[in-house]
Amino acid sequence: MTYINRRHFGLLVGAASATLAMPAYLRAQDKPKVVVIGGGAGGATAARYIAKDSEGAIDVTLIDDSEQFTTCFFSNLYLGGYRDFGSITHSYDKLQSDYGITKVTGMAVAVDRDARLVQMADGSTIPYDRLVVSPGIDLIWDSVAGYSEEASQIAPHAWKAGPQTQLLKEKLDGIGDGQQIVMVAPPNPYRCPPGPYERVSMMAHVLKTKGVDAKIIILDPKEKFSKQGLFEEGWETYYPGMVEWYGPTVHGGIESVDVASGTVETGIDTFRGDLLNIIPAQKAGAIAAEAGLTDGSGFCPIDAASMRSTEDENIFVIGDASIAGAMPKSGFSANSQAKVAAMNIRGDLIGSKVFPARYSNTCWSLIETDDGVKVGAQYAPQDGAIASTSSFISQTGEDAATRKATYEESIGWYAGITADMFG
Amino acid sequence: MPNGELNWRTAWVGLVSGTALMACLAFSSPTLAADDIDTAGERLFTQCKTCHEVGEGARHKIGPHLDGIIGRAAGSLEGFKYSTAMRLAGETGLVWDEKALDSYLEKPRDFIRGNRMSYRGMSDPEDRAVLIEWLAAASVSQPGGPVGSDDAAASGPASSFADIVLALEGDPDYGEYLAGECVTCHQASGHADGIPSIVGLPKDYFVTALFEYKTNVRRNEVMKLRVANLANEEIAALAAYFSGLEPQ
Repeated sequence: MTYINRRHFGLLVGAASATLAMPAYLRAQDKPKVVVIGGGAGGATAARYIAKDSEGAIDVTLIDDSEQFTTCFFSNLYLGGYRDFGSITHSYDKLQSDYGITKVTGMAVAVDRDARLVQMADGSTIPYDRLVVSPGIDLIWDSVAGYSEEASQIAPHAWKAGPQTQLLKEKLDGIGDGQQIVMVAPPNPYRCPPGPYERVSMMAHVLKTKGVDAKIIILDPKEKFSKQGLFEEGWETYYPGMVEWYGPTVHGGIESVDVASGTVETGIDTFRGDLLNIIPAQKAGAIAAEAGLTDGSGFCPIDAASMRSTEDENIFVIGDASIAGAMPKSGFSANSQAKVAAMNIRGDLIGSKVFPARYSNTCWSLIETDDGVKVGAQYAPQDGAIASTSSFISQTGEDAATRKATYEESIGWYAGITADMFG
Repeated sequence: MPNGELNWRTAWVGLVSGTALMACLAFSSPTLAADDIDTAGERLFTQCKTCHEVGEGARHKIGPHLDGIIGRAAGSLEGFKYSTAMRLAGETGLVWDEKALDSYLEKPRDFIRGNRMSYRGMSDPEDRAVLIEWLAAASVSQPGGPVGSDDAAASGPASSFADIVLALEGDPDYGEYLAGECVTCHQASGHADGIPSIVGLPKDYFVTALFEYKTNVRRNEVMKLRVANLANEEIAALAAYFSGLEPQ
């Protein structure tokens, strides 16, 4: 539906002057409209919850430029050979057929906040009463000098799941004896804090399983990383001598990358890799900045109690694009934030009850077959920011049964969250 | 938002009355003779006696006296100024039975957040069992009453907690919202792929299971974290919501 149609519709209502006497299909168009930009863990969940819980009282449109969605979470398990690509790819069919959500496949390029219109790349516009912005991250290509979108065809980032993930897998499978993989890890804040290190574990698992004698070097701009003790223990146990992690005090700073020669220049040395996996710095997906919702950090400030943008009361920003205080940028977080936003949006538009915001997160990582670890926390709004209220993390030295149970739990979680997103 | 302490409001009651039988079985230390309990208990009590007295004429010192502690409501002695946390724990139903004392002594700070006892905890479960048995034997007053009686034990672990929670009227809308936190892992359809289904669970089973996560009878860090954040009214709302769902 376009804005013009809506205006015509308004005239029609005026002429008829008796809304209830109108045919149902016309009355339906008078419903409040929610548009969701981004069909991932945040957007798909928000769309589904608004449609489900409003029982048809709210018209929901979900915009994503893909026909299908490949989850970033578990894409490392695809790299490791534990999942096939199809199993991490999901369709939006049920959201349309079972929940009455309109899926628009296309790119949202701008938001006219005064007119409350989303501008699409093809020139069409989509009106909204409330807008959910959940575009995930965009890569800051030049945060690693010499890296670019073009270079990512040779040295994949694979930090947005899809063809990049498949490219990385293909290149990983091509690694032979005596070769070396170099990962450039991202600086904070970035999507999926344990992700780079789980990925290294999965790459090491593939090499070890095939009996390939190769090395993996991680060049990290950070002095420490998520679940560090757990990963380092796992690497030592399963992949002795295979994985080397260097923080900035060791490598002296990541200066540039040359994908053609397969080299990464650092302050003290040049590292050569037969496979480079460059994960650059990140910012909110482009539409967020385009809509004027970001601050100097490149991400979007929100009201901690509702996920409402501090820049526009009609807009909610959720997931990786938001500044969610202590919550990590994860699919679990985005799914949790989506439910808070959905509840507030229903409250805004149809007066349904709004309860205090509850947020939670758990991130599972796989280190080796049947050796899963997890970190999780509960969060609540405190002094205007989302703060952690309690947390836990797997311990080093846990027994095999515990680790196996944790891995199995992660499988269950994947099935759960994807059902929660896509119906 | 209710904090962790309030969540325990009525959980104590179930802990005490429901686990009495279990406590008797678990803490009778069949391997130690009475004499050994005397010796070993007294030795262990040296860690406590700077602050606590027990037995004839026991008085409050830095901590309250411990005479007749087994079966006494927490924070309930006259003449001792307890922390708010300890007083609240007692007022909301915590009674010092063997099981509760055992959990408390293992990690006092964790069991009652904000209490003032400056003791890190006794990690060896056998030591704790001996100490608790010794405390009971060393006491001259016996306020324990029904603890350990067959009546209390008959209802089984945590059943009275379930009764208390089930007596609360859960707000179904709230239950549905809260359920959002559960269905990220436990599928709303009732399908299970590595994480058990909770769809259609009878209310009392649901409530009892959550209580058991709270008290570490069932062990799972994720569940413990989520449940610690749920007040009884919220557990009631969730139980009502999930029991009303049909597996698809």
